[in-house]
Amino acid sequence: MTETSSRRASLVEHRARVAAVLTVLSLWLSTAAAADWNVATLFERLAREPHAHARFQERKYLSLLTEPVDSSGELLFTPPDRLEKRTTSPKAETVTVEGTRVTLERNGRKQTLDLRGNPAVAVLIESIRGTLAGDLAALSREYSVQLEGDASKWRLVLRPLDSSLTTLVQRIEISGVEAQVQAVEIFQADGDRSVMNISAVPGR
Amino acid sequence: MRVRRLAIGVWLVGLAFCVWQVMQVRFVADLSAFLPSAPTAEQRFLVEQLRDGALSRVMLIGIEGADVSTRAEISRALARTLGADSSFTSVANGATSGLTREREFLFQHRYALSPNVTPDRFTVEGLRKAVAETIDLLASPAGLLVKSLVPRDPTGEFLAVVDQMRPVGGPRTADGVWVTTDGSRAVLIARTRASGSDTDGQSRAVAAVERGFADASTRVDMQGAKLLLTGPGVFSVRSRAMIIRDVERLAVASTLIVATVLFLAYRSPVALALGLLPVACGALAGVTAVSLGFGTVHGITLGFGTTLIGEAVDYSIYLFVQAARGSPTGGREWVVGFWPTVRLGVLTSIAGFSALLFSGLPGLAQLGLYSITGLMVAALVTRFVMPSLLPAGFRIRDVSPFGARLGGVVLLATRLRWIVAALALAAIAVLVAHRDTLWDRELSSLNPIPVEDRALDAQLRAALGAPDARLVVTVSGATADAALAGAEAVGKRLDALVAAGKLASYESPARILPSAATQRARLASLPEPQEIRVRVQAALAQMPLRPDKVDPFIVDVAAARDQSPVTREMLNGTALEHALDGLLFASGSGQWTALLGLVPPDAGVIDATVVRRALGDADNAMLLDVKAEVDRLYSGYLERAQRMSAVGLVVIIALLFAALRSPVRVARVLAPLVAGVLVVAAIHVLAGTRLSLLHLVGLLLVVAIGSNYALFFDRMAHVRDASNARTLASLALANITTVASFGILSLSAIPVLNAIGSTAALGAFCTLVFAAMLLRFARAYDRTDGSLS
Repeated sequence: MTETSSRRASLVEHRARVAAVLTVLSLWLSTAAAADWNVATLFERLAREPHAHARFQERKYLSLLTEPVDSSGELLFTPPDRLEKRTTSPKAETVTVEGTRVTLERNGRKQTLDLRGNPAVAVLIESIRGTLAGDLAALSREYSVQLEGDASKWRLVLRPLDSSLTTLVQRIEISGVEAQVQAVEIFQADGDRSVMNISAVPGR
Repeated sequence: MRVRRLAIGVWLVGLAFCVWQVMQVRFVADLSAFLPSAPTAEQRFLVEQLRDGALSRVMLIGIEGADVSTRAEISRALARTLGADSSFTSVANGATSGLTREREFLFQHRYALSPNVTPDRFTVEGLRKAVAETIDLLASPAGLLVKSLVPRDPTGEFLAVVDQMRPVGGPRTADGVWVTTDGSRAVLIARTRASGSDTDGQSRAVAAVERGFADASTRVDMQGAKLLLTGPGVFSVRSRAMIIRDVERLAVASTLIVATVLFLAYRSPVALALGLLPVACGALAGVTAVSLGFGTVHGITLGFGTTLIGEAVDYSIYLFVQAARGSPTGGREWVVGFWPTVRLGVLTSIAGFSALLFSGLPGLAQLGLYSITGLMVAALVTRFVMPSLLPAGFRIRDVSPFGARLGGVVLLATRLRWIVAALALAAIAVLVAHRDTLWDRELSSLNPIPVEDRALDAQLRAALGAPDARLVVTVSGATADAALAGAEAVGKRLDALVAAGKLASYESPARILPSAATQRARLASLPEPQEIRVRVQAALAQMPLRPDKVDPFIVDVAAARDQSPVTREMLNGTALEHALDGLLFASGSGQWTALLGLVPPDAGVIDATVVRRALGDADNAMLLDVKAEVDRLYSGYLERAQRMSAVGLVVIIALLFAALRSPVRVARVLAPLVAGVLVVAAIHVLAGTRLSLLHLVGLLLVVAIGSNYALFFDRMAHVRDASNARTLASLALANITTVASFGILSLSAIPVLNAIGSTAALGAFCTLVFAAMLLRFARAYDRTDGSLS
């Protein structure tokens, strides 16, 4: 009887010690996090950004073609989930994403599709939209998220979690300065890639 | 005696035949019987389409309540279940990202199906232009998705094919399935195997949807989601249920009321049973005649039949009540004294109902035949059979005292005869004031489907982005291919309207399946393998696309040159088959029709005259304004029915002249009828009801029934004897039964029955009261034996 009760006492003591260690550890960790630059802080800052209006220059490197193809236009993002990509060159074309609804306007024809039924489109759109919205939770559901660099020059590497999509898109790299996204680079599984450089429209 | 025995013999044989015939009658209840049986080819086509065409097979399914994702989940579950159900040829909810299964097929036949394939397309310059477009596309956001197609299809023909097959605009989606514009409901569109007029088949399809919805609840947390169903077939199933329910209810209620009234008057079960005998024989003969004449008997005819009880029961009432004291019921005295008046009443009724017989609407013609046969048989049985069947010394309770009391009331009423004139004048004033809105010229006035249901149907239809349902261009041809070729020619004319902004776009079966000639021409425009290789080399010289990358294209073009055109049979079992079925079909006569749906320009309406002008001299094509055409068709029948009614009225007047031989007497008989018709019509107008074809039928009934009353009052004014008290009592009793049975009909939710019932009940009452008020009672009273005092 005495043996069991003393063992119980030492067990209680042990638990208390573990708890104390854990508390100290977590306190230390949280202060360290506040002082450091990490994914959470980046996305907090991104989420605080109001709507964005920027110009883009996109260059696609396709194995099919002997030279890259260029396009350019404007990007508009209205939190929380509206993204509009207006291409003006080489051909006028507008893609608008709102919620799960994508509208494509080209040659005077309007066409809509739903992201849920088109994962290949969703994987491309959600990466940039999730980043602009600063929605880390949503992004983490679709991609593994890895951050390199510091606040003055950072780079996010997103890799689709869905294995059927990795046959299409290998990874997406988004880089920026502070709370500004400056480039989106898409690496396709077949080796083709595209680079989109983004510059904020001044006077905002 | 020999005549009597002969009558009984004929009656028994007839009865046996009727029972045998009725036992094999087929009863139907779809309302297409009240669609006119169209005179012109265009209208016949239209009615056929409304009844059996592809449009009649569309069922729209809505899901409301719960939240977006629940609705979407139910929509997917329902699409799966119904997709496997043999009641449906196709079910779509927007979840399948359009044409997935058909991609391979379309890709393989892209050179026959692409509208861009012309000889120019494959010249060096044409190739250069097409490839430049493709490279632009590669630069666009959609580029990553089409990249893999480029080596086999550098000119983008596959995209051109898919592009023109995709419905313009397209429904809005949420959570991956189609929803209404406001997003509050998920929408599915199903096509039934059964045609719209196959009510049994439609009923099975409706049951399958309801079962599928119930099944979904075992897998999905429904959160109180509700199923909505519309479409022509659904409506006909509902109408039938409504008609059957109403007819059963009305028949029972009407019979009970009439029987109760008669029992209260006769106080004898035997008299009651005998009194109902002519009605029963009449109804039996009516059904027999209709089934012989039309093959089937409509539920509405039976419902209407209940009202026949109201009129035919009058004959036995006259027979029983008018029998003079001391002479046998149905004896010589009645035959000589009263039968001619009854006979004249029957003849005028028949004249009135003949208008129905020739109305051109199968449903109304049935009512006419039923009524004429029923009344005639009831009257003949009353006259020739009943007297032999009555037990010796049969007499009902003497109702003379009741009649005498009524006489007192009538005496007072005659002092107020100016009221009849005043009411008639007021009614004329009301009718003249509303003369432009008097008649409802829209067929929908006969539609038993509640307005809310029709609004829901319109909403779901709009959500699916279907082209304008009112204006369609039809192109006919001797074969499917001829109709398609016609549709292509008309399409070229419509292209000009689209370019001019008069139309947003249009839908054509030729976009799904071009005519064989067009396909052959496209395939023939493909260069030979050697030649295309040379041209590709030249075209790509200055391009970032290296010629060796498009070797698969050269192989495919060579293979396409040997392909045969795509045929309807090749589309069987694909979504394209169903898409085409709705736009290209054979009519009963074997003629093929292509339907081209027009999409109105943004924020605008289609100008029919512009479209008609564009169609110009294309003699196999026409613009069909569906609603206007149907309404015109109906309006035409309304006018025809009005004319027939006028003819009926003239015949009635002629009959009265022949019998009464005095313009003054004829005028006196007609006066209460005319006043009654005017007042009833005015009451409807004041109640905000526009008169339909059915109200006209009701007014005919008013004349038919009222003429009996007026004739008896005329007789009372001229005979002036003790029988007048009994006559008065018999009229009161007859009127009560008539008003009761028609009044019951006016409780029906079915417009057809409601309109007839309310008009006839009101009219029968008015005409009796007016006839009494206009009676020259002093003269009738003069020489009576005092029992009226």
